[in-house]
Amino acid sequence: MDGLLFSDLTVWSMDWTLLILLVVPTVVHGNPTVTVRTGSGPPVGSNQHPNSVPLSEDTQTTTEVREVVVEEVMMTGMLNPSHYPARRAATVVQHYLNTRYGSPYRWIFLSKVHSGSAEDVAEMRKYQLELTMQEIISNVSGQCSAELLFPGGEGQSAPQVQASCEGLLQSNTTAQEEAFYQQHRASNNMVSGNDIPDSYGHMEPNMKPFWHLGGVASSFIMLRESNESTLYNMAQVANFTQLETEKDQLRVNYHVLLHEMISQEIIHWKLLVTWSPEQGVQVLQTELQPKCHNCEAPPNTTN
Amino acid sequence: MMMLGLGSVGLVLLSLAVQSGHGAQDSAVWSREETTERNYYTRYHNMSEITAWMEQMKRENPDVVSSMVYGQTYERRNITLLKIGLSSTVRKKAIWMDCGIHAREWIAPAFCQYFVREILRTYKTDTKVNEMMKNLDFYITPVLNVDGYIYSWHNESTRLWRKSRSPGTGGCTCYGTDLNRNFYANWGMVGVSTDCCSETYCGTKALSESEAWAVTDMLGKMREDILAFLTIHSYSQLILVPYGHPNISAPNYDELMEVGLGAAKAIKAVHGMDYTVGTSPDVLYANSGSSRDFARLIGIPLSFTFELRDKGEHGFELPEDQIQPTCEEAYAGAQHIITYTHDKAFYSYAATVTATLWTTLLAAWVSSAILL
Repeated sequence: MDGLLFSDLTVWSMDWTLLILLVVPTVVHGNPTVTVRTGSGPPVGSNQHPNSVPLSEDTQTTTEVREVVVEEVMMTGMLNPSHYPARRAATVVQHYLNTRYGSPYRWIFLSKVHSGSAEDVAEMRKYQLELTMQEIISNVSGQCSAELLFPGGEGQSAPQVQASCEGLLQSNTTAQEEAFYQQHRASNNMVSGNDIPDSYGHMEPNMKPFWHLGGVASSFIMLRESNESTLYNMAQVANFTQLETEKDQLRVNYHVLLHEMISQEIIHWKLLVTWSPEQGVQVLQTELQPKCHNCEAPPNTTN
Repeated sequence: MMMLGLGSVGLVLLSLAVQSGHGAQDSAVWSREETTERNYYTRYHNMSEITAWMEQMKRENPDVVSSMVYGQTYERRNITLLKIGLSSTVRKKAIWMDCGIHAREWIAPAFCQYFVREILRTYKTDTKVNEMMKNLDFYITPVLNVDGYIYSWHNESTRLWRKSRSPGTGGCTCYGTDLNRNFYANWGMVGVSTDCCSETYCGTKALSESEAWAVTDMLGKMREDILAFLTIHSYSQLILVPYGHPNISAPNYDELMEVGLGAAKAIKAVHGMDYTVGTSPDVLYANSGSSRDFARLIGIPLSFTFELRDKGEHGFELPEDQIQPTCEEAYAGAQHIITYTHDKAFYSYAATVTATLWTTLLAAWVSSAILL
């Protein structure tokens, strides 16, 4: 009798224990990944004056119009791949690759920075990067190793880039490029377009290759204009007009809008672009457009 | 034996209840009405459409949605937020979200609309969302920079407008101040321009812009109740934590990074997109006078900037067919932050300790029962 009662009791208590064990954690659960730290935040209702931080020695209060920048300490040594110095340099490599390999059917974008390093070499800044780049029309990705030199001093010369990639240029664009070339080389129907993409991000399918071409051509400017304090993308093809084919090259006048991320400015450029499957993309002329109406236009730059 | 049988049935029922209730997404068949509604959220909408939509949200959900006009723009338009939550007799904690502080970032207001629709669609059936609606109020401003947003819809040449629409002063003939450089948070110190023609013009002084003042005023009134502050931008696919000044760290930087990285992980799980997490000076650029920094400075512990898609291919002119996937991933990221915030406030450390003690006690009881 005693033995039977005892085992019943055991089973009963186990049942309830298991039940409670199940219920309790689900009702009262904290986020298991949170470790609570004492003093992890300022006291609520802190009276700290929002501006009561020590003024950096670099900022001066003058009445003249200026860009206020805390002097950037240039990173040297191994770079954090998710921090901006590596990413800005990697974007320069992206522009370079487009000037070399871009076409109406080949447009390359930075996918990922794996590693990088920077060092001072004489007056210049040298970067080494390991990257993944993606050709966005075919979606083919490739690994790239690149080296960049940003010139020092007050000179405005372009950065020098060397890059070698594996697998990036796999996609066979020959047929499409040839078809596009043949379609447009005859002079009886000059194409033009504007606002590509439009406000809604939309464009007609037949405009897409001209959008790609505009992006690739813009890369020549973006590469030339880049430094460690810039990050360029093409925001839009404001308009383009095809001109008469000359020397077997398609010729197109472009007006593009470039977005410079650090200043957030939209910069207008006009370019004269030529392309053929054989010769690739070439930019014959570039002209910076004034931002405001009553400003003077800067002189043409002929490449 | 009978007790064992009953206990097992109870366990099975309990586990079923737990699984289906906790955060499960329902996969209901869309009614025709809902499908049309769903198409609405895959398009960009101008200001009058968004205003009408806010009225519709109130009309269709009168017990959980109300609106508040909390300021005026330079051109004297209302700045309106939707307050969403189950009504309560006690004062509630809050989550703040604003979109469209920069006019050209159209995907941001689209996301605010999506977010509102999503919590209204799921709060009755999703236990977690329901719980959060019960314990929290969501204060959501679909378009903060109303003047700028309207201007960006004017024609193709105004599409890339960023700033407010207040006129320049002191002989400067350009328009607009960068609202996200105008807050009283290390104002004018770094990453700004004093040229009124510049896109990062910080204004004649902090809070020179009525839009920035409106947010400051609201946050000031509510600051003891606001648990998290989210401000939505595009583009670059980033989650930014305070502060924008390179020499100043938030006291809970580790927590902010941990939660931010969790949000990025949740985002990636949706469509595979990478969002980088860090302070603005680390991953983007130094800046001052941002709303995110102001929120953190007045004591709101979790303050984040979301920079949505893409990474430069389309930039500000993100195609409409990317609105839905962008909103889906951003929603997952925002929910991660909001869930963390909610659970931290309502499931405290003390409760976790209690649960641990309970479990230890019971484990001891079980093992002693077995041994006997």
